[in-house]
Amino acid sequence: MKTGLDTNIHGKKLVKQTVHPAWQAIKLGSLALAVIGLLIAPFSLRNYGLILLCLWSVYTIAVQGLNLTLGYAGQISLAQAAFMGLGAYISTLLVQAGTNFWLAMIIAAVSCTLIGALIGFPALRVRSHYLSFVTLGFNGLIMLLIRNEEWLTNGTFGIRNITRPSIFGLSLDSNINYYYFCMVMLGLVTLAVWFMLRSPWGRAFKCLRDNPARAESLGISVTNYTLLAFALGSGIAAIAGVVYAPLIEFIEPAPFAVTRSLMFLLMVVVGGRGTLVGPFIGAFFVTLFPEWVRFLDDYYLVIFSLMVMLLIRYLPKGIAGLEPIIAQRFIRKEAA
Amino acid sequence: MEIFLQLLISGIATGSIYALAAVGFALLWQTAGAINFAQGEFMMVASFIILGIIHLLGVGVLPAFIIALPIVMFLLGFVFKRVLVDPLLKAGDFSLVIATVGLGIFLREGFRLIAGAFPLPFPKLVPDTVFNIGGALISANEIAILVMSLIVIAALQWFLNRTFIGRCMEATAQNTDVARILGIDVDRMILYTFMLNAVLVTVAGMLITPTYSAKFSNGEIFGQVAFMAAIVGGFNQVRGALIGGFLIGVLDNMMAFYISTQYRTALPLLLLIIVILFKPEGLFGRREERRI
Repeated sequence: MKTGLDTNIHGKKLVKQTVHPAWQAIKLGSLALAVIGLLIAPFSLRNYGLILLCLWSVYTIAVQGLNLTLGYAGQISLAQAAFMGLGAYISTLLVQAGTNFWLAMIIAAVSCTLIGALIGFPALRVRSHYLSFVTLGFNGLIMLLIRNEEWLTNGTFGIRNITRPSIFGLSLDSNINYYYFCMVMLGLVTLAVWFMLRSPWGRAFKCLRDNPARAESLGISVTNYTLLAFALGSGIAAIAGVVYAPLIEFIEPAPFAVTRSLMFLLMVVVGGRGTLVGPFIGAFFVTLFPEWVRFLDDYYLVIFSLMVMLLIRYLPKGIAGLEPIIAQRFIRKEAA
Repeated sequence: MEIFLQLLISGIATGSIYALAAVGFALLWQTAGAINFAQGEFMMVASFIILGIIHLLGVGVLPAFIIALPIVMFLLGFVFKRVLVDPLLKAGDFSLVIATVGLGIFLREGFRLIAGAFPLPFPKLVPDTVFNIGGALISANEIAILVMSLIVIAALQWFLNRTFIGRCMEATAQNTDVARILGIDVDRMILYTFMLNAVLVTVAGMLITPTYSAKFSNGEIFGQVAFMAAIVGGFNQVRGALIGGFLIGVLDNMMAFYISTQYRTALPLLLLIIVILFKPEGLFGRREERRI
């Protein structure tokens, strides 16, 4: 049984909160079920479903990155799609020029982290919402560059025939192999984010989110840590882009437009900002869920955006925010 | 030189529209602390409402505008504030930003369903005639846009600076707490600001839509221009947002002609980044202390 200690600020009484073991079991069980489900999914899905799941994993990676900026550092970035696009284009162009795929991935991630730091720096020096404006502008700028520099990016025609990489001599050409590659990348990024959040850096992020004034008084430089979170988040978006390009085997400017960035933002909020599972849920509602409600067709985005507005009103912590509420139920049952 | 003059005048005409949207954006931000990411969509919605009235009643643009005004003021002013903004403001401005992003997508996709994905023609204020003024070709529509928006800007300035309610609104925008101490009904003033914003987006929507045709996705461009103008000019002063609008309109036009049409929208974006880097309070704004 997991126990946690809570004291009030006067230290009057230690209130012992116990999480019901049944709830722990349910959580662990559903996690295991989800992992097993994802592992055996290729055997029961056709190509279309497989590609959708890959797309979901790519979006989840990008949303994990945005979640660092938004959920932990409390800043709004509206350029996540642009960084994803940069990652996709940089890696594709490098690979086509003969660079190794993995090296290209590292170059893309590092350069996007640096670009993030570069554009984040002026914005974060000033006021709370300036990052959202600068990044919104930046996304527009990147779209212009990709569209107009045809000698490099082939403009709106896009780049075709992107080859899939191989790993340890194992070709990722087949959809099943690429699917597992996507899942491994998703797992690695999630693990990296998890480790980061447990490190002193991550604790500083959380402190920033919960009480910026206190963080500052404790000697945590709000600006530096926010900048770091944003830059790393941008780098993670680039990784999502690097995985995306060989998945679709074709890149064009459209999927990296401002609209997509806005959707990424909403994915973080719907899933639950500042939680590790939030991005999985958020990306699910944009990529996979629409497939089950095909009959909604064009109405889906209208309903989705309406859902966002209701959610932010009644459940501001997103769907992952339900977890403590349900957990509370289990405690009451135990007491009764 | 003629071409320069021509570009300058049409730039000022477009810029005056941007200025209207930017002032509305800045006023909302200052008065209610609400950053409206759906400002561009508001312009789109207002233009569709005008278009709907034109088709339903068979009237001209201006009468349709006058009929549309109370409808837009109710929907995008009163309802927007009461239903979406009021409950969320208590939860912090972050929630409101997300909600307006959601609202923007909601309106955009909603109007895609209602009006279809194809651009619909939107009538100009005056029929197309081109005047030759000292070699510069200036269309009657540009002059009409300029006259109309200058009238609105003048009326706005008069309202904010010379009337009692206007001054109360201005006071609320400058410093909500002091305004409250002075006995101003702050909540009422915030509501008026939302109504005023609705008026501004209706005028701006009516003036800009003939150039782009009425389309569900128009809001994306309009909204970006509005907030860029507000920030470049200085959002904490009405004056700043106005000048920012004109500046971006003119620069945009000059850029398109003299440098590159493909990169015409790049200049405002660069300007935005430069302003935030070197003069974050905006070119004509008042310096503010940093808040955490």
